[in-house]
Amino acid sequence: MKRRKVDLQQAPVNAAKGVDERFQAATPLRALLNKVFPDHWSFLLGEIALFSFIILLLTGVFLTLFFDPSMKEVAYEGAYPALRGTEMSAAYESSLHISFEVRGGLFMRQMHHWAALLFMASIVIHMARIFFTGAYRKPREANWAIGMILFLLGFLAGFTGYSLPDDGLSGTGLRIASAIMLSIPVVGTWLSASIFGGEFPGHLIIGRFYIAHVLLIPGGLLALISVHLGLVFKQKHTQWPGPMRTNTNVVGERMFPRYALKQGGFFMAVFGTVALMAGLFQINPIWLFGPYRASEVSSASQPDWYVMFMDGLVRLMPNWQIYIGDYSIPPLFWPAVVGLGALTTGPIFWPWIEARKSGDKRIHNLLERPRDNPERVGIGAMAFTFFIIATLSGGNDVIADKFHISLNAMTWAGRIGMLVLPPLAYFISVRICLGLQQHDREVLAHGVETGIIKRLPNGQFVEVHQPLGPVDDHGHPIPLEYGGWVVPKKMNRVGALAPAVKGFFFPVEKPAEAPVSPGMPPVSGDTREEITSGRK
Amino acid sequence: MTSDTPAGRRLRVFSRRRGAPSKTRRRLGAAVRMVAALALAGGVYTAFAPGAFADEPRQLSATAQEGKQLYDNSCITCHGRDGQGVDDRGPSLIGVGSASVEFQVGTGRMPMVRQEAQAEQKKPQFDKNQTKQLGQYIQELGGGPQLPSGELVENLEENPEALARGGELFRVNCTSCHSFTGAGGALSSGKFAPALHDATPEQIYAAMLTGPQNMPVFGDNQLTPDEKREIITYIKVQLQDDRDPGGIFNLGGYGPSTEGIAIFLVGIVLLVFTALWIAGKS
Repeated sequence: MKRRKVDLQQAPVNAAKGVDERFQAATPLRALLNKVFPDHWSFLLGEIALFSFIILLLTGVFLTLFFDPSMKEVAYEGAYPALRGTEMSAAYESSLHISFEVRGGLFMRQMHHWAALLFMASIVIHMARIFFTGAYRKPREANWAIGMILFLLGFLAGFTGYSLPDDGLSGTGLRIASAIMLSIPVVGTWLSASIFGGEFPGHLIIGRFYIAHVLLIPGGLLALISVHLGLVFKQKHTQWPGPMRTNTNVVGERMFPRYALKQGGFFMAVFGTVALMAGLFQINPIWLFGPYRASEVSSASQPDWYVMFMDGLVRLMPNWQIYIGDYSIPPLFWPAVVGLGALTTGPIFWPWIEARKSGDKRIHNLLERPRDNPERVGIGAMAFTFFIIATLSGGNDVIADKFHISLNAMTWAGRIGMLVLPPLAYFISVRICLGLQQHDREVLAHGVETGIIKRLPNGQFVEVHQPLGPVDDHGHPIPLEYGGWVVPKKMNRVGALAPAVKGFFFPVEKPAEAPVSPGMPPVSGDTREEITSGRK
Repeated sequence: MTSDTPAGRRLRVFSRRRGAPSKTRRRLGAAVRMVAALALAGGVYTAFAPGAFADEPRQLSATAQEGKQLYDNSCITCHGRDGQGVDDRGPSLIGVGSASVEFQVGTGRMPMVRQEAQAEQKKPQFDKNQTKQLGQYIQELGGGPQLPSGELVENLEENPEALARGGELFRVNCTSCHSFTGAGGALSSGKFAPALHDATPEQIYAAMLTGPQNMPVFGDNQLTPDEKREIITYIKVQLQDDRDPGGIFNLGGYGPSTEGIAIFLVGIVLLVFTALWIAGKS
C-alpha cells in the first residue's frame, strides 16, 4: 500500500488559499494586517479603557448568572451570620449570595467594580492626552465628541451598577438621584415618578436599572466604542512630529505581528492589574452596609470617584433657594442638573470652538506638543483644576476627618478654591509653556550647554555650547528652525555620552539621525571630535 | 353683655351674692391663702427633693480618697473644687458617674491637652487602677451611670442571633457618625466621631451610657443593656476581629474615596509604567 504523502509545510498555505477562494478575505486582511500604528506610550492609554471594558463584559456576564434583579422582600438565611434573619430585597440577597456562596463570586464582583473604576479613570487620562496634544483637531472632532459621550455613558453605567445590589450605600445614592430629579423645575415630579414608578423607592427601580445596566447602556457603549475605533482606523492614528514624519504619512509598526503582540500583551497586563487589585483590595463591602433603609445613612457615603465631582459641587453650593410665586427652585438644581449637564456636554463642542477661534481649517495628523499651544494647556489646566477641586470636595468629610481639618473649613476652601485656583492654574501653566518654548528656541539658536566653562585670555569666562547644526565663519551656530519635536538639550542626547537610561522604559537613546534620502549621502559620524575647554 | 344670656343667668343661681366682703377681710383671706400655698409648695419640695444639701459631707471610701488625691492634682484646674466645674474651662462632674470617668480617662482623652473642638484620644495618663480610683471618687461625689459588671460581649454559641440584631442596631444608631465600617467620620467645625477599631467593650458601653464629647447619650430606655451588648458584639466580632472577606487590605473602610485614590495610585500608575515599557520596546 502506498502511503499518501502529506506536505506539512504546504498545509497552512492550502488552508489560507481555501479560505480566500471561498470568502475573498486576502485583500481586506492584507490591508488590515499591514496597517501601521505609530508607537508612543501615551497612545496606549485609550487601550486601557478598551481592555477594561472587555473585562467588564466578561465579569458582568458571570455576575448576571447569579443576580436576581427583584425588590421582593425576603428574610436572609445565607452564609453571612451578621445579617441572618434580616428582611431584605431579593437583589441584595443575591448580591450577598454572589459574595459568600458562589465560588469565586466575590472575586468576580470585586474585579467588575475595580474594572469599572479603571474604565472611567483611563477614559479621563486618555481624554487628557487627546486634549493636551491637540489630537481632536480636524479631522477628528467627531471622535472627540464620541469620546465625551462614552464618558457620559460610562457614568450612567457606573451609577446604575452601583445601585443594583440595593445595599445601604447604593440606596442612599438612589435617594440623592431621586432628589436631583425632583429638583428640576416643572417636570421634576413627573420625571421621578415615571422612573421610580411612583414614590421613591417603589418596587420597580432595580429591575429597570438592571435592564439599563446589562443591555441598554452596554449596547450603547459597544456601538460607540466600535465607531470610535472604526474612526481611528479610517482617519488613521495621529503621530508626534519627528524625523521622517509628516502630516501625510504614518510612521510606526505594522498591525501584524508586532503591534498585535504588543496589544495582546497589554491586555494581559490590564487584566492582571485588575485581578491583582480585586484580589488584594476590598471594594464596596456590601455586607457591612445592610439592606437599604431610608433611616440608615452612613457618614462617608460617597459615590464612586467619577460621580464625586457632582457630589462635591452639591456640597459646595450655597443654600440659595429661589422662589417664583408658589414655586421654588432648590439650590440642588444648579450644581446637580445644570452643572452636571454643562460639564458633560459643554466639552463636546470644544474642537469646533477652538477651530472657530483660531480660524484653523487645515487637517492635522501631527500632534502638537503641549508647550507649543500655551492657551490650550492653560484652559485644560483650568478645567482639570476645577474637576479635581470638585472631586476632592465630594470626599471632603473623609479628608476633614482623616487630616484633622474642620469640615466647615474644607467647604469654604472648596468654594474659594473653585473660583481662585483655576485661573491661577491657567496663569502658571501658560507661563511654564512659554518658558519651555523659550528654552527650546535658545538651544536651537546657541546649541546644547556642555557644562564646560572656558576662560579667555582677557579673563572673560564663557560657556562652551555644542551647536546643533552648521556654524558660520566666526564659529557661531546658524539658528535652526523649530520642528515641533523634542530638542536635544543634553550632551548624551547628541551622542556625546553613553545613554543615561538603559532602555527599559524608553527606547535606548541614540544620536538623532539625519533623514536618509536617495539624493543625499548619509551623514557619517567619523568627523566628530571631542569638545574640550581648549586647554591642552 | 354676656350677663343677659341664659347661660349667664343660670350661673348666677349658683353664685353666692351676699354683698362684697370688707377690705380687711379680703386682705386677711389673701394672706392666709398665700401662706397656705407657700407651705404646700415648700412641703412638696422637701418631700421630693434630694436630701444632698441637708446631709453632712459624706465620708469618702479609701479608694475614693486616693481618687480625690489624683483629682486635686490633675483635674481640679478645669473641673474645679469637688467637681463643681469652672466657667469656660470644664463642665461640672456632678452626676456624670464613674462610667464617664472610665471612658474619658481610660482612653487618654482626659486630661485634655488644650481646649479645642473635641478631646483627642491619646496614651492614657493614668493606669487602670488610678482610673478606677478617679471613677470611684466622682461616683461618690455626685452619683451617675456606672458600668455593669459581667461580660459585655454576647456568647454567639448560645445566642447566635445577637450578631445580626447588633448589626441592625449599629446601622440604625451608630453609622450616621461612625460609618458602616466603624472607620469614623467628620462632624461640623472640627468635631468628629472617632474610629471604633481599637475601642474595648467597656469603652463602647461607657460611651453609649454617658455620651462623651459630641456623642449623644444612649440611655437604658433608648437602648436596653441587652441591645448595648449586641451592638458591642457586632463591633467586636464583625468590625474589629477582621472577619471581612475581600482581600488583604480594606483601604481603611472609608468607602469610595479611598477606592478612587487606589485606582489612580495603583491601577493607573502600574498601567502607565507598563505602557512606557511596552512602547519602549521598539
